[in-house]
Amino acid sequence: MPTIIIDNIPYQVKAGSNLLEACLGVGIDLPYFCWHPALGSVGACRQCAVKVFKDEQDNSGRLVMSCMEAIKDGIRISVQDKGAKAFREQVIEWLMTNHPHDCPVCDEGGSCHLQDMTVMTGHDYRRFKYKKRTYVNQYLGPLVHHEMNRCIQCYRCVRYYRDYAGGHDLNVFGAHNHVYFGREKDGILESPFSGNLAEVCPTGVFTDKTLKQHYTRKWDLTSAPSVCQQCSVGCNILAGERYGQLRNVLNRYHSEVNGYFICDRGRFGYEHVNNVNRIRQPIIRNLTVEAVDETTLLTHLQQVINNRNLIGIGSPRASVESNYSLMHLVGKENYYSGISEDATFIERKIVDILENGGIHTPSLKEIENADAVIVLGEDIWNTAPVMALSVRQSVMKTAAREAMTQISTPAWNDAAVRERVQEDRGYFANLAITESPVDEWSTHTYHSVPDNIARLAFAIASKLRPELPLPEGMPEADLQLAERVAGALENAKHVVVISGSGPGSETLVRAAYNIARAVQEKGKTAGLAFVLPESNSMGAAMMKAPSFDKALQRIRKENNTTVIILENDLYRYNSTTDVDQFLDTCKSIIAIDSLNTLTTGKAHVLVPAATFAESDGTSINYEGRAQHYYQVFMPANPCIKESWKWLWKMKSLMAGSANGQEHHPDEILKQIESSYPQFTGISASAAPADFRIYGQLLPREPHRYSGRTAMLANIGVSEPKPLDDGDSPFTFTMEGYQGLPPAPLIPFYWRPGWNSVQALNKYQQEIGGPLRGGDPGIRLFDRNDKVASWWFNDTPEAFAGRTGKWLLLPQYHVFGSAEMSRWSAALDFLTPQPCISISQQDAAQLGVSEGHMLTIETDKERFSLPVAVRSDLVQGVVLAPAGFQSIPSLAWGTWIKIMA
Amino acid sequence: MLSNLRTMWLVFVHLFKKKATVQYPEEKNTLRPRWRGRIVLTKDPDGGERCVGCYLCAAACPVDCIALQATEDKDGRRYPEFFRINFSRCIFCGYCEEACPTYAIQLIPDFEMAEYNRQNLVFEKEDLLIDSQGKYPGYNFYKVAGMDAGVKKKGEGENEEPPVDIYSLLP
Amino acid sequence: MTVMQHIWIVLGVLFVLLNIAAGLIWVERRLLALWQDRLGPNRAGPLGIFIVLADTLKLFFKEDWIPPFADKWVFITAPAIVAGSVLLSFVIIPFAPGIVVADLNVGLLFFLAMSSLGVYSIVLGGWASNNKYALLGAMRGASQMIAYEVFMGLSLMGVVMITGSFNMGDIVDAQKNVWFCFTQPLGFIIFFIAGVAETHRLPFDIPEAESELIAGFHAEYSGMKFGMFFIGEYLGITLISAMTVTLFFGGWHGPAFLPPLAWFALKTILFLGLFILLRASLPRPRYDQLIEYGWKVLLPVVLANLMITGAIALWLKST
Repeated sequence: MPTIIIDNIPYQVKAGSNLLEACLGVGIDLPYFCWHPALGSVGACRQCAVKVFKDEQDNSGRLVMSCMEAIKDGIRISVQDKGAKAFREQVIEWLMTNHPHDCPVCDEGGSCHLQDMTVMTGHDYRRFKYKKRTYVNQYLGPLVHHEMNRCIQCYRCVRYYRDYAGGHDLNVFGAHNHVYFGREKDGILESPFSGNLAEVCPTGVFTDKTLKQHYTRKWDLTSAPSVCQQCSVGCNILAGERYGQLRNVLNRYHSEVNGYFICDRGRFGYEHVNNVNRIRQPIIRNLTVEAVDETTLLTHLQQVINNRNLIGIGSPRASVESNYSLMHLVGKENYYSGISEDATFIERKIVDILENGGIHTPSLKEIENADAVIVLGEDIWNTAPVMALSVRQSVMKTAAREAMTQISTPAWNDAAVRERVQEDRGYFANLAITESPVDEWSTHTYHSVPDNIARLAFAIASKLRPELPLPEGMPEADLQLAERVAGALENAKHVVVISGSGPGSETLVRAAYNIARAVQEKGKTAGLAFVLPESNSMGAAMMKAPSFDKALQRIRKENNTTVIILENDLYRYNSTTDVDQFLDTCKSIIAIDSLNTLTTGKAHVLVPAATFAESDGTSINYEGRAQHYYQVFMPANPCIKESWKWLWKMKSLMAGSANGQEHHPDEILKQIESSYPQFTGISASAAPADFRIYGQLLPREPHRYSGRTAMLANIGVSEPKPLDDGDSPFTFTMEGYQGLPPAPLIPFYWRPGWNSVQALNKYQQEIGGPLRGGDPGIRLFDRNDKVASWWFNDTPEAFAGRTGKWLLLPQYHVFGSAEMSRWSAALDFLTPQPCISISQQDAAQLGVSEGHMLTIETDKERFSLPVAVRSDLVQGVVLAPAGFQSIPSLAWGTWIKIMA
Repeated sequence: MLSNLRTMWLVFVHLFKKKATVQYPEEKNTLRPRWRGRIVLTKDPDGGERCVGCYLCAAACPVDCIALQATEDKDGRRYPEFFRINFSRCIFCGYCEEACPTYAIQLIPDFEMAEYNRQNLVFEKEDLLIDSQGKYPGYNFYKVAGMDAGVKKKGEGENEEPPVDIYSLLP
Repeated sequence: MTVMQHIWIVLGVLFVLLNIAAGLIWVERRLLALWQDRLGPNRAGPLGIFIVLADTLKLFFKEDWIPPFADKWVFITAPAIVAGSVLLSFVIIPFAPGIVVADLNVGLLFFLAMSSLGVYSIVLGGWASNNKYALLGAMRGASQMIAYEVFMGLSLMGVVMITGSFNMGDIVDAQKNVWFCFTQPLGFIIFFIAGVAETHRLPFDIPEAESELIAGFHAEYSGMKFGMFFIGEYLGITLISAMTVTLFFGGWHGPAFLPPLAWFALKTILFLGLFILLRASLPRPRYDQLIEYGWKVLLPVVLANLMITGAIALWLKST
């Protein structure tokens, strides 16, 4: 490790970094604007100037921009040097000349990098007495607010939006001191990663528009570390509450998972927590007054639970704790997963491969560092957007690494590297059903039906490992493509194969395994990732419970059955007729859920469940990483409880079970470990409820939290006792341990002098590295280092159209396909109108054009939607919207009829 | 000993001095304009609410007795949806007034606000808002702020250039 | 005197004394206020006199709290001793010719005996409270009162020598022409200083110094138990004032345009005023300064006074 001397004190720093990273890494406050740990340095803002000295005799030194200066062993620099300080102060004074007097009405105020840096440099008086430059704002859609006057021209927004996230519609316009950051004209930002602009922008040009609806300053939020529930990636988030409402979601850094950025579905999908559609009171149907209190509910439940056949239906979006508690209540033999047999089959295959296949499941960081990525069938842009962002980084970084072998430029020198890279890209093959924005970065794209993709994949595997069978009757073009892809994979060192349950094809899962395994056998690092539909699909699948269809078969034979449905809208995963039949057969239906769904509409007893923000829980992401999320706030209505709390209460109602069935989440996780060996290690993901630092709890509220004696004064002037959270090491107050919290327990980013999210550098071991004390989460599959003996040899038949029948395939959309996020007004606004997509040939054959109504008829469903004609589809295929509200659940990969 | 006696004499003589006591309810003391008493929310010269809901008063309050929620009208002008001061906690330190960037919150020379019921000391925005500019006449925050909140268009504020024409590349 | 007359005198003295003790609450607060350029309590009743009632009511309605860690019985007894011992001292004071509860021939000794008993209340009160501040106060009180007891007794011996009697009536009679304050100026001054210390009034309120010991020996007392200490203190200053008048200022003697009782009352009230003025004007000495002052200054002076008085008395007797 090189040693550098900062203000006459030697420090050991990481080789290959720049001086700014080194200074921040050792805890020295050095102001900056244009540098961002994920975006690298361009040396544009001149804010991070330091003096560099030639040797010990050199007293004058020279000013350099620390972000552009590489670490050299023994280099002497000064941050405190008078000249450097004066320079930095002057730079910020210039930056501030046109900055408006907006702080009181600016949403960034209080968490503003510009405010922090202004204070840090010591600039406290504006001498600029002339007129200020102004700009007209743009409408950028329902997610991001634009206030261009506040801009300090650091260019971070376009560098993030265009270079990092690959967006096109945000750019810089104008010239000299009139540059303008925005779109060519007013309009909705197209990238599903646009929300990160609010965190990337060091001032208030781009701010969170949903927060504006219920604006709260950072210091007034009650926050807790949470995990995003919108897809199977499980990004770490910080969720903030005020006055009983969830107010915003921010990225919580995790070096292995989400890094610095999350997608808009995660950032803006939180509003279902505040939705009017929430179930807030226990309801017993067919009473005169249906909304009841807890005592009445429990008395009623006691009758319904006892002396009946009790079955439980789990949920892929409920926490591991809740699913386990349900299993514990009803018994293993009476517990069902609640998803269809087809989906269960695929997910069980995936779990089997991850557990026993002997191939590492890469984290997002590892995907970023791969030099060849191949996606099989899964529409990652829409089902796991942050994974798509990681794939883009892999493509960009590989190209940069390639370039750096030829020039001696460090990776952080963003502008120079980009200049050298130009249009070069790393290897990425996207073999998918439809076109998607990721095609733009891909070296090879291939759009077809899952079976054809699988055949191509089997062919690739066969090229890599000739022992494997080559599918028969491959067209010459496909064979050549397979050859080329296999060639690219042969040249790579670190290959990642991504597939998933999205296309509804088990063959694809097997084909993905074959490729990954073949790559690994060649001595390369191989990664195999499967995208799953829901936040805890992996956790639910790992419990290996029988599917909903099994429950239906059973209930046909039984009567006098009570079913407990845990946070699951059965209509989302199973056909309407099946679910109707199931629910009609059950004698009583107890639904525990947070939002009203079709299923809860049919329940006889409705139990209000807490959402992720109101509960402690653990979910397991696509890579088998168990991540614990902590309760952000206590719901005002005590009837809203975590599902697992309700289930343990029900347990104590059961005949022959003792009272005192109260368990902390960490205790439940320990029980899970003992009943399911595949979950071994999961209890380490949650901090024990009695965890303390120097005997102190951790506060959820920052030390500047305001209004404690007035918030509830309209209800009663006597302040109530602070709420007690017995389940986690957090308090609902501002009192407690004020030092650096352990990495899994960071409720908000704040360090002295760093009020904005940029305070993150104080929480990291090194810039861009893991959090101090190690990143949170426990990877459950890493325990298995066995190598499987099996290969998959049965290749599917080539796709052939049928007359009068169409193959039904899913069309996902980043906004609209996720169950919960559609209850956020902003995302609902962005959700496209559902439509049925068919190929041009089919449209001609059916005589329909864009916008015509088309009816889909399966053996169980029948519904009509407007048609969209697409050029990227194969003839004989129809795409229906997946997961959309009011669209019934469909069996993907089946043959259906369509009618004009 | 003598000095003690002298002290006693000097103190004794005070028996006949003029008394400082003001017989309060009958006689009233003169309160200066900057006297820190009851807190009010003022209006700008154009009759709009001055408070922009920036939460600085709440953050400055050492006893945390101010709670508010900011909201926006259709023009994007911020104002408090509710603004609550719990005067049973207030210590009249005046930090809120010092923190206020828009001269909205002001302490006025009125202290006669005793109540028999503590609940009556919780003042809501309707109780706080007065139809006056208070101590600082003539100030309208939105005229000097950069944003357009229905008070002035971009570039029409004090000390502002007209909006930049981003399609022009002229120097 | 008939028994009935006697009973009337006893009841009358008790009635007047208790009213004075209560009334002093108002007098003291008003006077202190006036000396500090304030008005003091002037709202309740004429000139605010009913503050006395309000204060008394307040004391009665306060929670009568006995700390769980206190020695209960001693804790209760202590305030009773202080009021009792002071009230008993009044027995020997001739308020006017014929108005005396018990015309004892050892009157002065009885007074000294009773005032010595007062120290018990402080020591017991402080001890029973089981509180470190209370105990510190009690210890200070005990040493202060025992020390000043000595000078008080000795300072009175001059008067006794001149009179040749311990009987209070005789002492008053002996001042028919010349008050002892002229013949015994040192005796008077030392008696008065010792009296202030005996009643632990300001500036000698060292046992209860609130700025150092919160409230010293009565820190744990509330309600009427505290009220007893309060009354004891006011009775104490009334007693010292009355004794000073009796011993050095001719008792009820005075020009005939006023009745003897009125003269006695007038003189006593003047001394009560002096007590309050002391409180208003003088700062509290340090504890060691107080004790040092007693033993190193007052004791030699009082002994000298005694010897000179004795010598003069002998000389006068021999001539």
